[in-house]
Amino acid sequence: MFVCIIHFVQIHPVNSTVSDKPLVRLDGVHFAYGEREILRGIDLTVNRGQVVAIMGGSGSGKTTLLRLIGGQLRASAGKLEVDGQDMGALSRAALYALRRRMGMLFQFGALFTDMSVFDNVAFPLREHTNLPAELIRDLVLMKLHAVGLRGAAALMPSELSGGMARRVALARAVALDPMLMLYDEPFAGLDPISLGITGQLIRRLNDALGAASVMVTHDVQASLNLVDYVYFVSEGRIVAHGTPTEIRASNDPFVHQFVHAEADGPVPFHYPAPPLASLLDNIPA
Amino acid sequence: MNALTAILRKLGALAVDGLWRAGFMARFFLAVLRYSGQSFRRLPLTLREIYFSGVLSLLIILVSGLFVGLVLGLQGYDILQRFGSSDALGIMVALSLLRELGPVVAGLLFASRAGSAVTAEIGLMKTTEQLQAMDMMAVNPIARVVAPRFWGGVISMPLLAAMFSAMGIFGGWLIGVVAIGVDDGAFWSQMRASVDFRHDVLNGVIKSIVFGIAVSLIAVFEGYDCQPTAEGVSRAITRTVVSSALAILALDFVLTSFMFRGL
Ligand SMILES: Nc1ncnc2c1ncn2[C@@H]1O[C@H](COP(=O)(O)OP(=O)(O)OP(=O)(O)O)[C@@H](O)[C@H]1O
Ligand SMILES: [Mg+2]
Repeated sequence: MFVCIIHFVQIHPVNSTVSDKPLVRLDGVHFAYGEREILRGIDLTVNRGQVVAIMGGSGSGKTTLLRLIGGQLRASAGKLEVDGQDMGALSRAALYALRRRMGMLFQFGALFTDMSVFDNVAFPLREHTNLPAELIRDLVLMKLHAVGLRGAAALMPSELSGGMARRVALARAVALDPMLMLYDEPFAGLDPISLGITGQLIRRLNDALGAASVMVTHDVQASLNLVDYVYFVSEGRIVAHGTPTEIRASNDPFVHQFVHAEADGPVPFHYPAPPLASLLDNIPA
Repeated sequence: MNALTAILRKLGALAVDGLWRAGFMARFFLAVLRYSGQSFRRLPLTLREIYFSGVLSLLIILVSGLFVGLVLGLQGYDILQRFGSSDALGIMVALSLLRELGPVVAGLLFASRAGSAVTAEIGLMKTTEQLQAMDMMAVNPIARVVAPRFWGGVISMPLLAAMFSAMGIFGGWLIGVVAIGVDDGAFWSQMRASVDFRHDVLNGVIKSIVFGIAVSLIAVFEGYDCQPTAEGVSRAITRTVVSSALAILALDFVLTSFMFRGL
């Protein structure tokens, strides 16, 4: 099933000066939505060839972190470099040039609802290349085949299930063979089979393209088998990080809570709020 | 005293907010113009929007035009025959439509039929992160999504207004000549003699172009600026229809006062 990946056409020449410099480097990155500080000093490195997972509780700022790396948001302090370029200082044109070599999988797929599955996957190819229509067709069918949805090419996004939509979005995100892939919860809503296949796909795509991938996920077990490095985010900071082996063996209370899915522990389950009891004064004890 | 400061504060906040939005809209307009190149280089993008905004509004425009013309015929005949000048029915129907009713009513219909649809579409694309996804693919959503819809509306609007007027004149003729029996020759020849191309037709076309720009800008702006939630989209649609109507009527007064000063 994955044979076709080997044939993926390299549309953008891979940077031949592949250095051992990290592809993504965050150094003390801060970010706030208005007054609310979401990230307070994130240090994180992604090397070429690596698949890195970011884990953390809901609302801990993982999506925000991904958006910062993609240049959709700008850090309020700290340094964020992608492929050696300072994301804080990029012009729009330079940012777009960089983004042509990035792919992002959105949490809910974000397929274009006015286009068929085929046209969705063809969209980046049509916008950014002058490839002839037949070649685009072959490329699109190959990408769709890789996510197991070649048969769904003619469907509209409204006719897909959530998991199928995410796989189509994955095919679209890798259409231009990016050097950096950003995945926002690629496994959410997938059945165990699709989940396993998507996981392998992310790994193989990454290795076939010599790319790097950053993956936000809640699925600890699935990702530990797949990634090279894991960062745990909580309350805007990296609280733990390590290779999967280190993570499994870790007795850090945070990591332990996460890996073993315990409700009690350092990861707050509640959004910051006054204690519930103080709001229930009117209820007679 | 406290209530007064509270009211003042609210008014001030409203004014600042309104001013801020107006400035934002102006900047947005400039951005749309700046990224309009693609709408013309890749004509199919804009043609598609002309189809959705223009062609699909045709039915409501033609039917409404016909009814407005029928009413104009009845009312015009009733008024004119008091002065014994029912022959001038053609002039009256044509001038009312070309100068005022064509651009204004077609504009109002266009805002509620096509403007609201454009706002809803862009708003939903924003809500479902399609615009962000496009931006992440290094495709500028203003160039790819907003500008074609803007130009589609700007191009459609004068054509729709012209068809509205034509249909209205036909309706006036149906009532006046066919039903009531005004002289057919007088109806057309008086119209032809009295309607001035520059003064009447061209000014009407200018109005419809201005309304087209206003409605299309409001529609794309409200969609682009909406809160990305279901409620936000519905509020944006309402605002499109309301602001477009106000803008059309206010602009109509301004334009009329420049164009027709009784000179
Ligand atoms: N546009 C926004 N404006 C204001 N606050 C926001 C905005 N988007 C997110 N937030 C806040 O930022 C925090 C982090 O959000 P983010 O989406 O990064 O969380 P997450 O880690 O991806 O959560 P999940 O796992 O549930 O997707 C949340 O507490 C949220 O309230
Ligand atoms: Mg998230």
